Amino acid sequence: MSVASLAAVEVAYPGRGAALGPFDLDVNDGEILALVGPSGCGKSTALRLLAALEAPTRGEVTRATGRGETAVVFQAATLAPWLTAEANVALPLELAGVARREARLRAREALARVGLAEAAGARPAQLSGGMAMRASLARALVTNPKLLLLDEPFAALDEITRRRLADDLLAIWAEQRPAIVFVTHNVEEAVYVAGRVVVMSAGPGRLAGETTVEAPTPRPAGFRASPVFRATAEAVSEQLARAMAT
Amino acid sequence: MSRVVAPAVLIGTILLVWEAACRLAQIPAFLLPAPSAILRALAANAGLLAASGARTLATAMEALVVAAVFAGAMALTTSLSRTLDDAIRPIAVALQVTPVIAIAPLFVIWAGVDHPERAVIALAAIVAFFPIFSGTARGLAAADPDLERLFDLYGATPLQRLTRLKLPSALPFIVEGAKVAAGLSIIGAVVAEFVAGSGGEQGLAWRILEAGNHLETAKMFAAILMLALMAAAVQALFQWLERRALVWWRGR
Repeated sequence: MSVASLAAVEVAYPGRGAALGPFDLDVNDGEILALVGPSGCGKSTALRLLAALEAPTRGEVTRATGRGETAVVFQAATLAPWLTAEANVALPLELAGVARREARLRAREALARVGLAEAAGARPAQLSGGMAMRASLARALVTNPKLLLLDEPFAALDEITRRRLADDLLAIWAEQRPAIVFVTHNVEEAVYVAGRVVVMSAGPGRLAGETTVEAPTPRPAGFRASPVFRATAEAVSEQLARAMAT
Repeated sequence: MSRVVAPAVLIGTILLVWEAACRLAQIPAFLLPAPSAILRALAANAGLLAASGARTLATAMEALVVAAVFAGAMALTTSLSRTLDDAIRPIAVALQVTPVIAIAPLFVIWAGVDHPERAVIALAAIVAFFPIFSGTARGLAAADPDLERLFDLYGATPLQRLTRLKLPSALPFIVEGAKVAAGLSIIGAVVAEFVAGSGGEQGLAWRILEAGNHLETAKMFAAILMLALMAAAVQALFQWLERRALVWWRGR
């Protein structure tokens, strides 16, 4: 079952020309899909199409999700500095009309799920980069989305923090089983997180390759050192190199 | 430390040289009174000058409130649509670039001879208007674009977007505009008092004119000193308020 799909979508911006496509993508129920491609290939554009934050110039976007069932995590944590972590996480619920008390309760649960129970009362300025990103993830999870879209969410973090967050993301996925689309330009991160890695060509991005990662999720210990991981990452890297050459 | 000591030393030196020059060169007091004479004039007229200062300060703060209400409303209106922004902005700019002294006589006529204080408040408000207007307008447009997208994603209503995103995002800009406007409102009040007078209750500008007419130059200086101290106090107060507001807003 597909949660969302792009069919021959093209996006062009006035004055800047074509940014994406024609591009096809099917996001299946409960899968983790990584979207990899060179900078400017339209990965983020594809994500915004899936989120209905943008409309395609040509082609069709179909979604099996209603309002509040799609969540987005951006590259920056994008928290409101004037709100506490808890109020930030409660925001999507409060915008949807959930009563404040109930919204705050569910926000604290979501914060606990990402390991931030202690920081509920902290302001974004008091959180480290990794903690802020966790809060952002909690805000995306608080509505129990069917489709979770992540736009290079860990790109601004150090290697250790991003590995830890990748594991946390997989643990959360195992609980809630949302479909996840994970945009990144880091091949190893894509292979570690996703069950399917889609490679896009240089902009305007088209499909340049697709690889299935043959490993259980959450990943077994030492997965990054395993032959399967190395071989898959190598295959994706080759696709990416070819995509960038064209 | 040098931020206190350096200006204190400089001001002290200037006052000493000034005092010595007045005494040694026997400069007539109506031309340049010695600092000691100014202090004596300040002490002798302390009650009167304080009352006038309070009057001018009250005028300036009333004008600030009036300016904030109109500037806030206009900035909100411009934030609603591009067309409204295009329509309103030239008027706001025209209001800012026209010298207040040029339009003062007009306001005196409109306010009528019985209510010169209304003209003064209106004129001071015009001077204070622009920083609040432009600050608020800029602030309302300064929300994080990704937060805007998030509000799109969750189907926020226009009212939710205004109260939960745009106004909070604009706060630092609004507070900064208010700080600049507070200083300008005092300038505006004094300029307007010069032109319009201030009716039965006379402000500091009126004291300066009156002392000038009587060639009481020391009293003029005392009134100017009072004005400078008052303006500095208002500036310091608003700077403190701005810092507090930003600490609250950022959470540290």
